Amino acid sequence: MSNKLIGEMGLHTKISNIFAARNIITAKDALSMTEFELMELLDVGMKEIRLAITLISEATSPPCQSARSLLERKVENEHLSGHLPTHLKGLDETLCGGIPFGVLTELVGPPGIGKSQFCMKLALSASFPVAYGGLDGRVIYIDVESKFSSRRVIEMGLKSFPEVFHLKGMAQEMAGRILVLRPTSLANFTESIQELKDSILQNQVKLLVIDSMTALLSGENKPGAQRQPQLGWHISFLKSLAEFSRIPIVVTNQVRSQNRDETSQYSFQAKLKDGLQEHTKTYDSHLVAALGINWAHAVTIRLVLEAKSGQRIIKVSKSPMSPPLAFPFHITSAGISLLSDNGTELKGPGINTIHARGHSDMINFHGDCS
Amino acid sequence: MEAWRLPLSPSIRGKLISAGYTCLSSIASVSSSDLARDANITEEEAFEILKLANQSCCNGSRSLINGAKNAWDMLHEEESLPRITTSCSDLDNILGGGISCRDVTEIGGVPGIGKTQIGIQLSVNVQIPRECGGLGGKAIYIDTEGSFMVERALQIAEACVEDMEEYTGYMHKHFQANQVQMKPEDILENIFYFRVCSYTEQIALVNHLEKFISENKDVKVVIVDSITFHFRQDYDDLAQRTRVLSEMALKFMKLAKKFSLAVVLLNQVTTKFSEGSFQLALALGDSWSHSCTNRVILYWNGDERYAYIDKSPSLPSASASYTVTSRGLRNSSSSSKRVKMM
Repeated sequence: MSNKLIGEMGLHTKISNIFAARNIITAKDALSMTEFELMELLDVGMKEIRLAITLISEATSPPCQSARSLLERKVENEHLSGHLPTHLKGLDETLCGGIPFGVLTELVGPPGIGKSQFCMKLALSASFPVAYGGLDGRVIYIDVESKFSSRRVIEMGLKSFPEVFHLKGMAQEMAGRILVLRPTSLANFTESIQELKDSILQNQVKLLVIDSMTALLSGENKPGAQRQPQLGWHISFLKSLAEFSRIPIVVTNQVRSQNRDETSQYSFQAKLKDGLQEHTKTYDSHLVAALGINWAHAVTIRLVLEAKSGQRIIKVSKSPMSPPLAFPFHITSAGISLLSDNGTELKGPGINTIHARGHSDMINFHGDCS
Repeated sequence: MEAWRLPLSPSIRGKLISAGYTCLSSIASVSSSDLARDANITEEEAFEILKLANQSCCNGSRSLINGAKNAWDMLHEEESLPRITTSCSDLDNILGGGISCRDVTEIGGVPGIGKTQIGIQLSVNVQIPRECGGLGGKAIYIDTEGSFMVERALQIAEACVEDMEEYTGYMHKHFQANQVQMKPEDILENIFYFRVCSYTEQIALVNHLEKFISENKDVKVVIVDSITFHFRQDYDDLAQRTRVLSEMALKFMKLAKKFSLAVVLLNQVTTKFSEGSFQLALALGDSWSHSCTNRVILYWNGDERYAYIDKSPSLPSASASYTVTSRGLRNSSSSSKRVKMM
């Protein structure tokens, strides 16, 4: 929309020519400047500028919909009203059906907690036929750290959906729908996702998994300040990709330790002394999600996987439509499964902190559950 | 001064008010032919109204500067201004009754604190009919991030309808039996949703809103969620960004004043280095922080979500706690010592 040409908007020829003469060709060029600046640049009176801007704005504005028609469209057109079931009952209920279409969902947690396992299970369930709760489509799995194991995926399929997988040729077909990409650099990744944009609808891609986003960006050896603009472009692109193709995009993120100068307070909070609890720095409150606060704003749903006293927990840390519930889970040969479908509701900063206490004991544990 | 105080016949008064001319200053600044056309009355009637309006205005303010109002009239106008409730009475109290119309209010906070929730709650609450103490208006929701989840809006709308039924059941004797009951789908029908995908579209939409709202005069709140997103991503020239943002802020203020509606801008946070350490602050920079009339910051305090009035021309700095429930924003159920004044 922002690249709409001014020449085609039905402006008066005279002013249209003036715009073109000054190299203001698209709506973006015209609207990026203030009215005063345009007046100076084009040597035209304020009244004509205002009129031109009004016409350009009207042509460039997005269309209006009522919230009701949004809901109706979702219910009619999209599978399960736009959700990909995770087959984890408690989580699906909390998320009103599953991972929503059209937005970014983030999985964040310490290493070895089960993010890639979750992603592989999701990829598998998306490839299933609709009768078994899947989306009957292809999955694009961007595997940066080489964590994707097809053997594991087939094992998960055999154990959790035996009736489907034992059918002849099903395993091959399901696994055949998952396309794995291993980009070697950020530039490589950028190219691939740009190509994807056109082919998603044609090739019936129903899910995009990026595992992990952090690894892509940390591979670049540029200093911290440079990372912000790069990330900005990718955030916008991924969000618009999700929305236009109406597919869920699942991204995994890693954790990092909190810098000493980091804070989570505003300047006025020092003055307000009403029951302000001092942040007791315990061992495990030093972990925060990587990629920064800009990224945290951009994702719509954030699922935190963490370990607390040897128990793995998945919690819905940020979601516009669910309360902050935490579910204990474990990983078996069939993938992730919840130990309890009744989540415990979290309060306060517990929603956002990431624990890794007792975690190292778990990774060394041999056997099939913790 | 209110238009209904003019000595006019009820039908003409009704036509005036339904065309949107509720106070004298809006009548005084329009020509008789425009007034006739807008309010669907004859030219002579329009001329009479203008004569009356001129007589009723104070001579002092009319003769000195064109368009000025004296402070006493403004006080009356402000007091009669409706406010949009946030469904959380503590929050309403520190806001002086709710989000004020005719003002631009900025609400900012960390991710997950409830900014989108407040936005959705306000777009539902603005539709509460006048008989139940609301504004009976419509809402415009400008979504720049894709965080508007329509299922959540439906949940909040259903809870609102249930609360209204309880309220009208309690006050039953005052209302007619043929009161049309609002349904959650009707509430969703009155939320005009725009999805903005770039800053160009955002600027274009703000310019276009004036025309849109003059065609839909019932709109009483414009919510932008969030104002920051597109301006943070790939805007190269920061100085120009500041200029474009200030122009946008002025346009919003003009919209708020002209159509007597509330503008609520939701903002994100960033860290900035000040007073020797890193602190959280609302995004878009220091120049932007001057642009909005009112500023509310949402933050975590211990286990609870709090809202703090950071900037307001008439309200004292205070903070109050709130919770987000499945029915929307509500009071938090903890102790009584919640509202803290500075």
